[in-house]
Amino acid sequence: MAPNPIRPSAVLQGPVFETKIEQVGDHEMLLNLGPQHPSTHGVLRVVLKLDGEVITEAVPDMGYLHRGVEKLAEHRTYPMNIVLSDRNDYLSAMNNNWAFCLAVEKLLKVEIPLRAEYLRVIVGELNRVASHMVFYGTFGIDIGAFTPFLHAFGRDREEILDLFEEMCGARITYNYIRVGGVMLDAPEGWTHRVLQFVERMKPRLVEYDKLLTKNPIFIDRTIGVGLLSAEQAVDLGVTGPILRASGVSLDLRRDHPYGAYNDFQFDVPLGKQGDCYDRFLVRRLEITESLKIVEQACRKFPDGPVMGKVLKMYRPPAGEVYAQVDGPRGWLGSYIVSDGTEKPYRHHIRPPSFINLQALSEIVKGWKMADVVAILGSLDFVLGEVDR
Amino acid sequence: MKSALDSLQLLRRHKVVGGELVLTSVDFFVDWARKSSIWPLTFGLACCAIEMMAAYASRYDFDRLGVFPRPTPRQADLLIISGTVVKKMAPAIETLYNQMPEPRFVISMGACSNCGGPYYDSYSVCKGIDKVIPVDIYIPGCPPRPEALQTAVFALQKKIDRYWDAGKRVANPSKPTNEVLKEINVAALKARDA
Ligand code: SF4
Repeated sequence: MAPNPIRPSAVLQGPVFETKIEQVGDHEMLLNLGPQHPSTHGVLRVVLKLDGEVITEAVPDMGYLHRGVEKLAEHRTYPMNIVLSDRNDYLSAMNNNWAFCLAVEKLLKVEIPLRAEYLRVIVGELNRVASHMVFYGTFGIDIGAFTPFLHAFGRDREEILDLFEEMCGARITYNYIRVGGVMLDAPEGWTHRVLQFVERMKPRLVEYDKLLTKNPIFIDRTIGVGLLSAEQAVDLGVTGPILRASGVSLDLRRDHPYGAYNDFQFDVPLGKQGDCYDRFLVRRLEITESLKIVEQACRKFPDGPVMGKVLKMYRPPAGEVYAQVDGPRGWLGSYIVSDGTEKPYRHHIRPPSFINLQALSEIVKGWKMADVVAILGSLDFVLGEVDR
Repeated sequence: MKSALDSLQLLRRHKVVGGELVLTSVDFFVDWARKSSIWPLTFGLACCAIEMMAAYASRYDFDRLGVFPRPTPRQADLLIISGTVVKKMAPAIETLYNQMPEPRFVISMGACSNCGGPYYDSYSVCKGIDKVIPVDIYIPGCPPRPEALQTAVFALQKKIDRYWDAGKRVANPSKPTNEVLKEINVAALKARDA
């Protein structure tokens, strides 16, 4: 067989792709998507096998952002590890902080003051909104609509970042949730400004729906595309909005509440058939639900300290622990083995995006080349978390 | 209209029939065009890329600086290294750099691409993008704010303006003789009447 001229030479490396190449028939073609591609949302590479326009196989190749976080954790003390956790899923750094701190707190058995719990819920939910806004904007760009990006990313997300900046001084990497509580109390009038933001968002969400949710071109490109059935989703271990879009009602915040989630009323939006549109819609509705939680938390905001009784230099007792939160992308877990020193013996992260990415090769099979971009966008993964 | 450029004596204006004649050196003109439309490659690596995207979005609006992201290296002048460069990615970045047409510029955004940042002791991280490709501007921060990226763009504009082909530029374009001006006037009159 004559060599396929379009085959990228880099594909020749690595055991996975050597076997792939042998299977390429005469009318088949290998296409390399990434690692630099505007719609892979980072440095993911996907090798696609095409039969004409139709995808017969897709193999994601990761590791272009592998920073060795789990190994580094063994050389960092616990407070230093919170800094690293910020940078795993940089779109929802607060939830990453939370998962790590939750695990250490389980080992240390500390009491968290109620005010700190409420602050965690507020910042966690605001961060979820910010993360879904990034999704809303970039998914629009993938489909071909640029305006939603300017509304969601450029205007509304910046307002959330302003609130965070006022609170802890950072825009993306906060290091705000600490073991035992939170770093700083909310500045004066902060909850009032958060409530003002929630009020401002209400008419804007109607605008969001006009721009994308009810846009006929957008609907044509996403409804019925990239189906993932509920059984498949459960089998693959998919969590978060992607699982709920397939119709499985599972949300850690409601089913196994952590923090102060027991105190709030909210719905868990569900999709019907698990296509790209459902995955989009679930996230869009989650913005509304999160704002509802934020509103309730700000109205009931209790007084008191924001830090529990934790030593500056803590040494958790020997043992192992697993704790997880429901982040914007799914179950975000932290598994820590402690040997009684100030550094973890082992820190394993359960990144939701990594496990959700498994669904990619299942979903794209049989769809056209143009749908790949929609499907990739609808999975909403963060490569920092996939590769760690 | 007098501009700052006149005071630098980089261009001279002459009144001719039907308008104005501006004389300058080609080097200056090319640099001026080059620095006013720096097109970066749409290429994000890690957390810093989110701040880079924020810079392209409505609040910081880089379009007004002529900075407009292009998705292919063939059309790009600027490569913004926004995030952690790991050893697996470094060859791909080198390829991207080599695919860009000259003159090309590189901004290293954030602690990671400057020196490894929070991952300075990691086994898989390349300790600084300048080990792979040459860098023009370094931005400190983890992540740098969009304003910092904006300052870097200004610094790059200055660099293109002042240093890019220093020595080649004629600082004081020569004055045209009266005969030449007369010829131009005659041609302009003809063009007007035609
Ligand atoms: S410098 Fe900081 S924010 Fe930027 S990529 Fe590195 S870790 Fe992320």
